[in-house]
Amino acid sequence: MNRQNARAYALLSPALGSLALFLVAPVLFIAVYSFWIRTAEGLDIPAFQFGNWIAVATDYYYWLGLWGSFKLALVTTMACAAVGYPTAYFLARIRFSNKALLLFLLFLPFWISYIIRTMAWISVLGRTGAVNTALISLGIIDEPLKMLYNDFSVIMGLVYFLLPYMIINVYVSLDGIDRNLEASARTLGCSAWQTFREVTLPLSLPGLGAGCMLCFVLAAGSYVTPRLLGGPDTLFFPDLIYEAIISQLDWPTGAVLSVILLLSLGLLVGVYNRFMSLSDIYRSFAR
Amino acid sequence: MHAVELSQVTKRFGHNIIAVDNIDLVVAAGSFVTLLGPSGCGKTTTLRMIAGLETPSAGEIRIKDQRINDVPIHKRNLGIVFQNYALFPHKTIAANVGFGLKYRNVAPDEIGRRVARALDMVRLPGVEERYPTQLSGGQQQRIALARALVIEPDVLLLDEPLSALDANLREEMRVEIKNIQRRVGIATVFVTHDQGEALAMSDHVVVMNKGRIEQAGAPREVYEHPHSAFVASFLGNANFITGQVRSAADGHAQVALGAHVLNATTERRLQAGESVTVVVRAEKIDLLPPGQGGLPGTVADVDYLGALARYQITLEDGTRLLSLASLKDKPLAVGQLVELRIDPQHCRIL
Repeated sequence: MNRQNARAYALLSPALGSLALFLVAPVLFIAVYSFWIRTAEGLDIPAFQFGNWIAVATDYYYWLGLWGSFKLALVTTMACAAVGYPTAYFLARIRFSNKALLLFLLFLPFWISYIIRTMAWISVLGRTGAVNTALISLGIIDEPLKMLYNDFSVIMGLVYFLLPYMIINVYVSLDGIDRNLEASARTLGCSAWQTFREVTLPLSLPGLGAGCMLCFVLAAGSYVTPRLLGGPDTLFFPDLIYEAIISQLDWPTGAVLSVILLLSLGLLVGVYNRFMSLSDIYRSFAR
Repeated sequence: MHAVELSQVTKRFGHNIIAVDNIDLVVAAGSFVTLLGPSGCGKTTTLRMIAGLETPSAGEIRIKDQRINDVPIHKRNLGIVFQNYALFPHKTIAANVGFGLKYRNVAPDEIGRRVARALDMVRLPGVEERYPTQLSGGQQQRIALARALVIEPDVLLLDEPLSALDANLREEMRVEIKNIQRRVGIATVFVTHDQGEALAMSDHVVVMNKGRIEQAGAPREVYEHPHSAFVASFLGNANFITGQVRSAADGHAQVALGAHVLNATTERRLQAGESVTVVVRAEKIDLLPPGQGGLPGTVADVDYLGALARYQITLEDGTRLLSLASLKDKPLAVGQLVELRIDPQHCRIL
């Protein structure tokens, strides 16, 4: 190792050290725990056996929970993309002298506690919430709509929480596209919409992909939003982990579930990286 | 029929920025017209208005006698080449060059044939399957040219296409573009801030400054008969000498510089005693040994440029002049006394 490398590692060591200590080590503990034996008396005995894994793998309910979380995450991600892309496009294209202010406004909600922002949806979507009150007083509906404590309110809350991440990712990639590319496409015979399809959209896909990845992973692993805004029917995987560890004090099963969530999201990120690396090269071309 | 015609075209940005100020411009069929000027002079905005990328605030633009102010960009049939090539990075060279043909509903196999022909024309055959970044800057610019020409546009618009290339390549591409343009016979509008490119390539040079056209004409005419100090200084190395008119008649004038007299030509009616500015190109000044009745001066500085030497000459009244002389022998030394001889037809009173 030469001097410069040594220096780099020395400077990185606090970050690397805390990552190892506070992230890698606990995850490894959890992984080890998943192989322990839980006795009928509620004792955890160190061991290396696949009993917990087989029990979880053969229990249909857990797979349903994983699917439930992925479904919520998928719908949330699609909604974020649908709402976030036009917003990012607007931000990237608007001729406005103070763009930094607009981007700042995007992240302004982060100044307020995430819990409070999530709870606020209760007073928006509830039986006597803002939306129902407005619709009833306008005479559009007679009975309040059931919008709270179901998948709808969960997705609403998740989209609200994750949208800025989507917008900023798409914005960065749109902002990096050379405007002359669009001008060239137009002079060669593309209408505005065809130009978007041929040039703008393909060149912004890496940003959209990164935004989707981030939204999906954060949504699939989220616990607070579905807990606060979900109903009794809302099935989501982190809740099963909570149940196993906190309610049943069954750490080995909880560990298995945690590792499954980690691995499935990790697999997704891995596949994404393989798949999108080509587009990332395009991204750097676009400058 | 003119290829392009601009009548009283103005472009304002916001309320108080006038990028292009009431200009008239004609591009004859098959001619090569250069818009020349410093950055911010309105040349690029003019090009972009012809392309449809900007909308004129006032005035009319006609292409082949058709008013196109309200024709959307994609229906104008123009070829445009940008400084930064602007090739689609996510498409192959074949897809780039064939892009315009695809949107003109040309059959795929015909597109393939025309793309191959266009690549032959820019002397890059066989690169169809490559991606733009696999080519060098000069090659990318050739592809951009092929992409613009393959659609057989009514006008070719070139927005500083040589500025991103290094010096040797720029020279080569300049010749190449000019050759192709001549062969295809397409009316071309070329935007540049490089006077050398403008003079070498154009049939017609349009010098722009602050949104207006300062002077337009054949390269030699604009270079040798500048109408304003701006044109004189922007094109080539010009000297400005101030003096008093001693006598004037028939387009000729004698201008007094202290005790000496400079014979000059003019298109103006001048009064004796009037203070005037004389423009002299640096390469039109001959430096001779003293004692021949010319304008005396001293060599103040010498830049040796190989084939040329650039001299700073100080006149008796302290005026500094720039002189460019081709070198057959060794250059003059600093401090040497010289006499300046300038042909009266190259001393032009503004």
